[in-house]
Amino acid sequence: MAFKVVNPGLLSTVQDLGRPGYFHLGIPISGAMDRFALRAANLMVGNDEGAAALECVFLGPQLEFESDATVAVTGADMPARVDGEEKPGWTAFKVRAGQLLTFDYLKAGARIYIAISGGIATPPALGSRSTYPIGALGGVEGRPLAVGDIVPLGEGGGAAEGRSVPEALRRMPGAPAELRVLPGLYWRLITEQSGQNFFDDEWKVAPEADRMGYRFRGGRPIEFEAREQPFGAGSDPSNIVDGCYPYGSIQVPGGTEPIVLHRDAVSGGGYFTLGAVISADMDFIGQLQPHTATRFVRVDMAAALEARKERRLLLEKVRAALS
Amino acid sequence: MKTRYTFGGDEHIFVEMDEEMSLDAFFKSLSMTNAVRAAQIDGVTEVCPANASFQVKFDPDRIKPDDMLAELKALEAVAEKAEKRLNTRIIEIPVFYQDPWTHETLMRFRERHQDPEGTDLDYAARINGYDSAADFITAHHSSPWFVSMVGFVAGLPFLYQLVERERQLEVPKYLRPRTDTPKQTVGYGGCFSCIYSVRGAGGYQMFGITPMTIYDPAQTTSYLRDFMVFFSPGDIVKWKPIDRTEYDATLADVEANRYEPLIKEVAFDLTAFNADIDGYNAKLMEALHGV
Repeated sequence: MAFKVVNPGLLSTVQDLGRPGYFHLGIPISGAMDRFALRAANLMVGNDEGAAALECVFLGPQLEFESDATVAVTGADMPARVDGEEKPGWTAFKVRAGQLLTFDYLKAGARIYIAISGGIATPPALGSRSTYPIGALGGVEGRPLAVGDIVPLGEGGGAAEGRSVPEALRRMPGAPAELRVLPGLYWRLITEQSGQNFFDDEWKVAPEADRMGYRFRGGRPIEFEAREQPFGAGSDPSNIVDGCYPYGSIQVPGGTEPIVLHRDAVSGGGYFTLGAVISADMDFIGQLQPHTATRFVRVDMAAALEARKERRLLLEKVRAALS
Repeated sequence: MKTRYTFGGDEHIFVEMDEEMSLDAFFKSLSMTNAVRAAQIDGVTEVCPANASFQVKFDPDRIKPDDMLAELKALEAVAEKAEKRLNTRIIEIPVFYQDPWTHETLMRFRERHQDPEGTDLDYAARINGYDSAADFITAHHSSPWFVSMVGFVAGLPFLYQLVERERQLEVPKYLRPRTDTPKQTVGYGGCFSCIYSVRGAGGYQMFGITPMTIYDPAQTTSYLRDFMVFFSPGDIVKWKPIDRTEYDATLADVEANRYEPLIKEVAFDLTAFNADIDGYNAKLMEALHGV
């Protein structure tokens, strides 16, 4: 039970729901950037929601199957083909031993999730199969897929063909993308006007956007309230005494370009953060392409929890539709 | 010291013990994180101590953010009463200062530095009032250091110098971060030293390199078989300056999985340390080397 990597695409990694519990040692949570898409793909092929699957950004891989399997592709809009025959997204299909799974060009979104019945069975590291390349943990030898890799699969024939997530339950970011932000952390270091500008301005996803973080450009620079820098922080007004960075927190080194930290981010450092993107919107970030126009929208905790509840209900509907 | 609580989105609470770095702030953070772990609050998924702050990750579906906040605030009184003492270890870390690899890297990123004409060590020496890089290096390795945080990337220790604040070395970070730093570089930023556990981006000034692997996901290194990360908060470090010959010999031992770092069990008592810093450090050195 395995598949062979004929072409890895641009950057394809094994991901599950992540590796919690080691953040205090600098080991990030990792896992799928779009967890909703990962869960949905797994459910369609009959896996546990958190089984390991492939996350592929911008360009699909070419995979040759060594055994029969059920496959589902979710997330970005990038049509799949089995031996050249097009297969619908968000819908389970069969691949036979010896067949080749390939992909057309990306039409929308940024990352596809390929779940395969049985789940990817590479050895877990610290309780997860998620690939964390900087720390050489998880996945195939701690790195993204490479040509010629034979990737093992777990047991399980998989679900029948044709199981599908109803169209109304599939989620992609709108245009312009809106990311809801709860101000906090070191928000108090910036001027009120700067805080307002941050939410008023239109930003664009910068080319430096990856699993560690998404950088944004185009808004006005952040200005800081005048103060004497605390001992140990460093001389730049954007510096703090090094502390932890929450998943989703927004740092603005030098006050110029906001970076939203994502699954493989550094666990801490010496830059101030002005708040965090709410948990309900983190999956969307993984589907933003460079140059996507983006607005940050100020919300309070009540709105953040309401949005989180909506996401949970959406997932429950997907579970119900596929049960 | 005034504790500040703030939410980081809907899944984190960030608690800053103090804006500025001090061992008092570190010990309070450590005591609070110990108290949070001991309290086994349902819904807490990560507890992460840092230099002068800590962070708790929680599941808001299991505990409401305001309830989580109230739980943490209730633990602050407990933490304040905790004794500022811990049983830990002192470790000797060999450092090859002014090595060719960090030198090559710092020259490659010179335009991102405050002083494009010099080296990181020359610059650090000058702004800290030392006549030469050699004098600065002596100041860097002649007192012990305290691991006050592990993080940034996997297993990277932040170290705080165990001397009076007036004697502490301080340097800014690079103007713009480098995209490359050799593995096991000994760096410096703000008031912290660090060891880069893996190769990668970094903004700290670069002073030297250690031959000791401090992160090994394969867990084959002799002293990392039990766990892949070497450092924990509370570890005490003494830098040992070494030359190229000793660097090469030590590296060969590390790579052959036969290197055993010099490590001794010690207790660290903050009150006793503050009462007589030089005397306390002399005792730590005795514990490390034997009398």
